[in-house]
Amino acid sequence: MKVTSKTFIRKTKRGNILKIVREHYLRDDIGCGSKICKKCKHNNEKPLVKHQSINTDFPDKHYLLVDTNVVLHQIDALEDDTLKNVIILQTVLEEVKHLSHSVYKRLMDIIGNYSRSFYVFVNVYHKDTYVERVRGESPNDYNDRMIRVAALWYNKHLDDKIKVLLLSSDEASKAKAINEGIPTMSLEQYVSGLNNVTLTDKLSNRSCMVEETSKEPIFPPHLTPAIIHQGIKSGKLMQGTFFASTDNFLEGNVFVEGQEKNILLQGREHLNRAINGDIVAIEMLPESQWSAPANLVLADYDDLDLENGLDTVEKPKEKYPTGKVVGIIRKKWRQYCGIIQHSLVENATRHLFVPADKKIPKIRIETRQYDKLKDQRVIVAIDTWPRTSRYPLGHFVRSLGKIGEREAENEVILLEHDVPHSKFSDEVLRCLPKETWTISATVNIVKIAHSTLVSTISITIDLVGRKDFRDLDICSVDPPGCTDIDDALHCMPLENGNFQVGVHIADVTHFVKPGTAIDIEASQRATTVYLTGRRIDMVPGLLSSNLCSLRGGEERLAFSCVWEMTPNADIVNSSYTKSVIKSKAAMTYDQAQLIIDDQNQDNSIALGLRQLNKFAKILKKRRIDAGALVLASPEIRFLVDSETRDPLDVEVKQLKETNSMVEEFMLLANVEVAKKIYSDFPEFAVLRRHPKPPPSNFESLIKAAAHLGVELNVDSSRDLANSLDKAVKLDNPFFNTMLRILATRCMLQAVYFASGTKTYDEFLHYGLAAPIYTHFTSPIRRYADVLVHRLLAVSIASDSTTPEMLDKRKIEGLCQTLNIRTRMSAYAERASVALNTHIFFRGKIRDEEGYILYVRKNALQILIPKYGLEGTLFLSPRKGQLQAAIFTYNEDEQTQRCGDIVFRTFDPVSVQLSLDSSNVQHERIVLKLVKPEIPNFSVPSINTSTVNVQQPQKNPHEPCDSICEPQLKKAKI
Amino acid sequence: MDLLSRQGLRTDGRRSGELRRIRCKMGVFNQPDGSAYLEQGNTKVVAAIYGPHEIRTNRSKAPNDCAVINCQYSMATFSRSERKRRPRDNKSAELTLHLKQAMATAIKTDLYPKSQIDIFVQVLQSDGGNYSVCVNAATLALIDAGIAMEEFVISCTSSLANGETPLVDISHLEETMGGPSLTVAILPISGKIAMLETSQRIHINHLEPVLSEAVRGCRYIYEILNKIIKKHYEEIGGALNWGTEEYNI
Repeated sequence: MKVTSKTFIRKTKRGNILKIVREHYLRDDIGCGSKICKKCKHNNEKPLVKHQSINTDFPDKHYLLVDTNVVLHQIDALEDDTLKNVIILQTVLEEVKHLSHSVYKRLMDIIGNYSRSFYVFVNVYHKDTYVERVRGESPNDYNDRMIRVAALWYNKHLDDKIKVLLLSSDEASKAKAINEGIPTMSLEQYVSGLNNVTLTDKLSNRSCMVEETSKEPIFPPHLTPAIIHQGIKSGKLMQGTFFASTDNFLEGNVFVEGQEKNILLQGREHLNRAINGDIVAIEMLPESQWSAPANLVLADYDDLDLENGLDTVEKPKEKYPTGKVVGIIRKKWRQYCGIIQHSLVENATRHLFVPADKKIPKIRIETRQYDKLKDQRVIVAIDTWPRTSRYPLGHFVRSLGKIGEREAENEVILLEHDVPHSKFSDEVLRCLPKETWTISATVNIVKIAHSTLVSTISITIDLVGRKDFRDLDICSVDPPGCTDIDDALHCMPLENGNFQVGVHIADVTHFVKPGTAIDIEASQRATTVYLTGRRIDMVPGLLSSNLCSLRGGEERLAFSCVWEMTPNADIVNSSYTKSVIKSKAAMTYDQAQLIIDDQNQDNSIALGLRQLNKFAKILKKRRIDAGALVLASPEIRFLVDSETRDPLDVEVKQLKETNSMVEEFMLLANVEVAKKIYSDFPEFAVLRRHPKPPPSNFESLIKAAAHLGVELNVDSSRDLANSLDKAVKLDNPFFNTMLRILATRCMLQAVYFASGTKTYDEFLHYGLAAPIYTHFTSPIRRYADVLVHRLLAVSIASDSTTPEMLDKRKIEGLCQTLNIRTRMSAYAERASVALNTHIFFRGKIRDEEGYILYVRKNALQILIPKYGLEGTLFLSPRKGQLQAAIFTYNEDEQTQRCGDIVFRTFDPVSVQLSLDSSNVQHERIVLKLVKPEIPNFSVPSINTSTVNVQQPQKNPHEPCDSICEPQLKKAKI
Repeated sequence: MDLLSRQGLRTDGRRSGELRRIRCKMGVFNQPDGSAYLEQGNTKVVAAIYGPHEIRTNRSKAPNDCAVINCQYSMATFSRSERKRRPRDNKSAELTLHLKQAMATAIKTDLYPKSQIDIFVQVLQSDGGNYSVCVNAATLALIDAGIAMEEFVISCTSSLANGETPLVDISHLEETMGGPSLTVAILPISGKIAMLETSQRIHINHLEPVLSEAVRGCRYIYEILNKIIKKHYEEIGGALNWGTEEYNI
């Protein structure tokens, strides 16, 4: 083995120049990966097979060798199954990894798929293909040369039995390669020889950039990375994350670390081709040009008079720091779901794509399959956004199905929110208990098999270290239709007058061992996602709704918290243990409520429930006194037709006393477990905190309330709770709820974290007013709980630690992913409700009561509590239409006036809802005013009614915690 | 950055169980009683032995029945990419103690009563595993000085890549990028452990594979050094080669 050294210069953080010398070993045991090769002795992996050429442009048998640019820009085409026998050089792999992590991940997925015959050739450590960098050679040139050397070596090595075709998109390097005698082509040329329409559509759109350069540029140019770097260093420019506004496509915010307020961006030129999520470099505008958010609802529809609206922006009083984008540091482009805009020209190949996410601009694509795709949901990727083009250029990736079809629409929701929803892999299923493989299809056999399974497990293996609670009167209380029962309770009097209270949680960690495939999969999914009519499980159904679910009358493994409580609900003594339980009954909230209320029942379960209910009331009072907030977010559920899966009606979730009872004990268990694991693992405990929102978050709410003479005190959560309680208006019973809804939106999000990364003061859970909190009670549907279970199991010495549990950095990283996934799944659930709202309103017109949430310059944001729906009532006329009613906007008082009628925030209104299907591709819910009546503007009222069936449902314990995911779903407008 | 790629190669092109290149020369200096130069990859070390000689320091405290071992570990000011101000600091003092401990287990001190053996090692260039290379160089120098030893003292490092694969003989990059690293010094024939140190807490589940990989590395190094020593003595002590060069002139 030869050794050489790599020497390079690096600058340290302090600005010192360092010379770094590293060894570089050149090996002779790296195989070429070809099945036909007889020379390579160490060819362990041989994915490259004999190639049957079907390419008309390159008739010889060949393998493909791609360069970095092809991978970066044409990853969609590479993902297509038709391209096979591809050699990926280590040089290319490293460059791709450096330039785009997402493309790198996708490339690794392709390489991992053995049927695709991709081979990674580690050219940089191969003795014949490594070349040293020449003095003065740029890294790019050096990499290109490495690629050419490897291509040449391959062609020589395979003795022309099989050619190696270099695919390169760069003209200059292509010419060089041809000069050196390497067969070279561009991917476009190669694909055109394959005669495959789908593949051709997947090609990236870069080439049409050239033809447009003659046009007048619409956007100012971006600065070069070097200038941006300098600018940021000197403080002239700032770096931040760009967030597009949901309401106004010509407005956005940039979040700059260390800046108190977000930087506002307005207008197409100032946004300068930034796309939601991009990391951008911005330059501040002089203070004289600072502006305020337009307070306009602008959608990029041709029928809205949007440009006019923008020009007439008056000079606002309160100005926000405003800036403009001068460069994009890191693009966060991904694939987008959406539809192709209806085209007026027949047989056109260039079309506009409308993304489902309103924060993303329309994308121009080229396709020859318009007729096939026009009524489909499709996925499109952005390739580039030249200065001359109003829209970014992209290409078609794949189709999801017909617009309006439930499957396709659900797929859109899942993809847009990046929810992993593929079927569980065989590897994961193999981790399930072995005995269950014998189960055949029928339900009866499943039941028998499982009861024997669990009893054999518990008696033979697991009784050691497990307490036998099978004789206790344990029961579970859940919403109707719930199949993943995580928790069960019991309560019994003790001889000394105290009570024994037990919270029993499904022992998921018994089946999900750390490091196994099922564990890795669950950690990536992070949570179970509940869409209307569909549940995407975190762990396979066998566990989630059977083996782990604490079903009534069946023996199950559990993790139990047992407390001795005084009649005043003070904990005297607590213990945690793994156990085996047999739930006496799995009840719904209603059933439990009936048992509690029915004084004739006096069996031990009824007595236990009543005592639990008493305790819960004491606990709740104690919590509220400590300053816990009671906030509102109108959660609704659809009643779904069991056959067609179409929504029949909606109902607002009702909260019963028993909901609160279960909730209190779950909170208690979470808090107690948090204390316990924190005391044993001060560095590694997985906890949940809800930071105190900064007072600035409440500013607008305080202002709006002040207009109605209500004073809000937001100094602490207790003050807020008190002032919310006092804020009652007799003439508007919904006023208090509205305030609570809006207060919810001022909150920050609750997050998981590793205890070692924060100080104890920061552990605070603001909403619950708990100094320390975690999630312990729903391991079936949340991965954080699984982590907590493992920690607690170590705490009570029933299990041993694993290295991953004790790695602060890893835990913190995992917490971050859990946070992202949890948030995205909440958004997905909301989007699913919105989708069903649309389906529900198909062909229906309803009059509903609503309340004004915000008053905007040209519209009213209206909340309709019955559907939990937020919609926009436009007040200004549409383009080309005349409107007799003229509204005047008063900025100071936040009102809209038309004649004698004044609209203020929180005012009740009556609106008519209907679905506007005139544009088949983009349905939206339209609001029309019914009351108060305004001549020539409001519409007359009508009325109707419907039927009920049930649907699977999330176990909604600990609802107080979900306040931290504010934002109601919004109607698509 | 991955310390081990999916193709099983480390950042410098080695596989997980491969050592760095070893080059060495014994008897590099004439003034000391024994000396050696050892290179493991880019870590380069010289060792010099003085003694056994009369005890010079702390004569009153010295034991009567065995030799005193005096160690000094230092790093040349030019040994790293940034110039080091002080060649001997706290870290060096600690390593000096460890070195003394490891070497004392093998030297037959009871053969040299009322005498002192000085071991001086200096790191000329540092690229990970400094201590290990110093132990190995000191062993070579002691052999060169003809000091009686039970057997070799050989040291090697190892770490863990991606939380599962042990890496042997780690470079500076792997030391800083990876997780906890482990240094072990063993007496390769008897298999006794002379010194064991970890840079951070290491999980009990990982200890066994990482330790055994380091021990395996030690045995490899032992074989290589043994061969080099034999060749060295064949060259300088073999009757056939005795003074051949002068003869030719």
